[in-house]
Amino acid sequence: MITVHAKLFATLRRYRPELKIGAAFPVELPTGATVRQLIERLGVPVKEVKVVFVNNIIRDTEHVLVAEDKVGIFPAVGGG
Amino acid sequence: MAQILRVNMTDRTAAYEDVPNEYKFLGGRGLTSTIVYNEVDPTCHPLGPNNKLVFAPGIVTGTNAPSSGRISVGAKSPLTGGIKEANAGSNWPQLVARLGLKAIIVEGYPQDDGWWGLHITKDGVEFFPADEYAGKGLREIFPGLFERFGKKVGIATIGVAGEHRMAMSGLCFNDIDNRPSRYAGRGGLGAVMGSKGLKLVVVDGAGGPGVEIANQELYDQGRKKLTASILEHALTKPGGALNLYGTAVLVNIINEAGALPTRNFREGQFEGAAKISGEAMAELCKTRGGVGTMGHACHPGCIIQCSNVIPNPDGTELASCIEYETTWALGANCGIDDLDVVGKLTQMCNDMGIDTIEAGDVIAVAMEAGLAEFGDGEAAIGFLEEVRQGTPLGRILGMGTGGAAEALGVVRVPAVKGQGMPAYEPRAIKGIGYTYAISTMGADHTSGYTIAPEIAGVGGKVDQFDIDKAELARNFQYSTAFIDTSGHCLFIAFPILDIASGFEGLIEECSGVLGVNWTADDIMAIGKEVINKERAFNRAAGFTEAADRIPEFMKYEKLPPHDVVWDVPDEMLDAVHGAA
Repeated sequence: MITVHAKLFATLRRYRPELKIGAAFPVELPTGATVRQLIERLGVPVKEVKVVFVNNIIRDTEHVLVAEDKVGIFPAVGGG
Repeated sequence: MAQILRVNMTDRTAAYEDVPNEYKFLGGRGLTSTIVYNEVDPTCHPLGPNNKLVFAPGIVTGTNAPSSGRISVGAKSPLTGGIKEANAGSNWPQLVARLGLKAIIVEGYPQDDGWWGLHITKDGVEFFPADEYAGKGLREIFPGLFERFGKKVGIATIGVAGEHRMAMSGLCFNDIDNRPSRYAGRGGLGAVMGSKGLKLVVVDGAGGPGVEIANQELYDQGRKKLTASILEHALTKPGGALNLYGTAVLVNIINEAGALPTRNFREGQFEGAAKISGEAMAELCKTRGGVGTMGHACHPGCIIQCSNVIPNPDGTELASCIEYETTWALGANCGIDDLDVVGKLTQMCNDMGIDTIEAGDVIAVAMEAGLAEFGDGEAAIGFLEEVRQGTPLGRILGMGTGGAAEALGVVRVPAVKGQGMPAYEPRAIKGIGYTYAISTMGADHTSGYTIAPEIAGVGGKVDQFDIDKAELARNFQYSTAFIDTSGHCLFIAFPILDIASGFEGLIEECSGVLGVNWTADDIMAIGKEVINKERAFNRAAGFTEAADRIPEFMKYEKLPPHDVVWDVPDEMLDAVHGAA
């Protein structure tokens, strides 16, 4: 098992409404788990996820996570 | 037939002219930049008698096309010394267009010290003395103006910063609640209007002929397609990110990308980012209630509605609108993580008529110079108070990022062509660096928003660190110049980049209004022509490739957390237009 630290933003915050904005929370996953498995574990529909950062780098859903990774998960956002 | 209104401030006369063939198929930025290119001497002093201030609604502005209440304002910029187009959303351009006006050109030079206003109606133009409105906050004068001229008029104005002819002054338009809050902010256009002795342009659209639509069927077909794409796209739909959280929904993702400029572009992440984010604003609206509103529209007919009214603890108005750029500039960039302070600073900017991006950049430069500590909100408020009063320090800050940094001996100057950088770090997102460097406008994210594919995953996906982006930057420059010409909000770019029928809709809509049959190739050709005119103006004003560069410090200072420098070779920047 590994522990990663996830953050949910914007509309995805409703899946962890008790957390403060931008707060990371630990998630236990099997060794070799992907970003997709993390999203599914959180109960977030994968189609709602648009951009994922692992340690501040954009990664796709098949990216393999390692222990202590910091994962920021976003729906479609933009503006300017 | 549509006309052009020419206002002469030397003798306070106004004349209506037929629209020359060259201008018939233009609007917005395409028209302001063409008129400035044709009529303004590029070597003139921006605040002297030979500069002109040009207002132009977009091609479809004034119709019921979605999110199309945009006004372009053009002139030679006192901030950059080059051509400028800044745009804003308001009912003001809709009223101008419905009066049958394609553009308003303000020229000449006042022969006395008084302030003047223009009252434009279907019956003509009246000049009125405006001294009673000068030297005051815009929030103070707006209620009386709407009382005097009617609740349904539109108002364009300058604040005290424009009266002081400051290079960081903007041009202010009213929002849907007749609040002074929608800005064609960048490049010091308020100072140009101030130099003409013009304080106010009040437009009453009642009884106007409306916008002529040459091919109603084609227009309607296009309007429906574009509307459907905006309502469908995850970013722009009702209940989408922009609608729920405003543009500041970007704070957390740009911070996560390590590209949120912090403490005068020293770092790429701000520990207080979440506290000044769009999510935090939405939370304040919920917990504090009162006038708090997300999903506010800047003009009638906007279906994206990304503006906001942020409440004080007692439910009264703290600020409207706090945009992404604003909360970044006055927040992260100054090391300030208190939304109440950011709101207070925002409201001060809106009240005195200054661009919030430039304001945040100069405050950070002042902090960098040691005039205050980063994070000192009271000091930031004090700096803006100096600007309001026009003290010597206030006037130095009013020069904008490049000028203020020079006066204060600061080396870390986040500016291109003198204009302060917006809220994306070019070292960490290379495409936006191209845009800052090669834009005719100075550091301006809206002139080529490569953030869409580089971060947001809109219009494809591109690695933010990849340096080979000349073609990407070029395409964004051209397509953006067209959107700014159409009169649509730039945010229609998100749906039309991803949904083919939305892009078709834009083309059909514009074609329907003008009675032409444009294709996608025509759109890019029109955008290219606009950019080429702007570049020709800047060259004649004295700009060379050496001005199309990212600030030197970014080439040798590593930006945390990615520890990256600006590493795009100059030849690659020059290739954006060199190869075209």
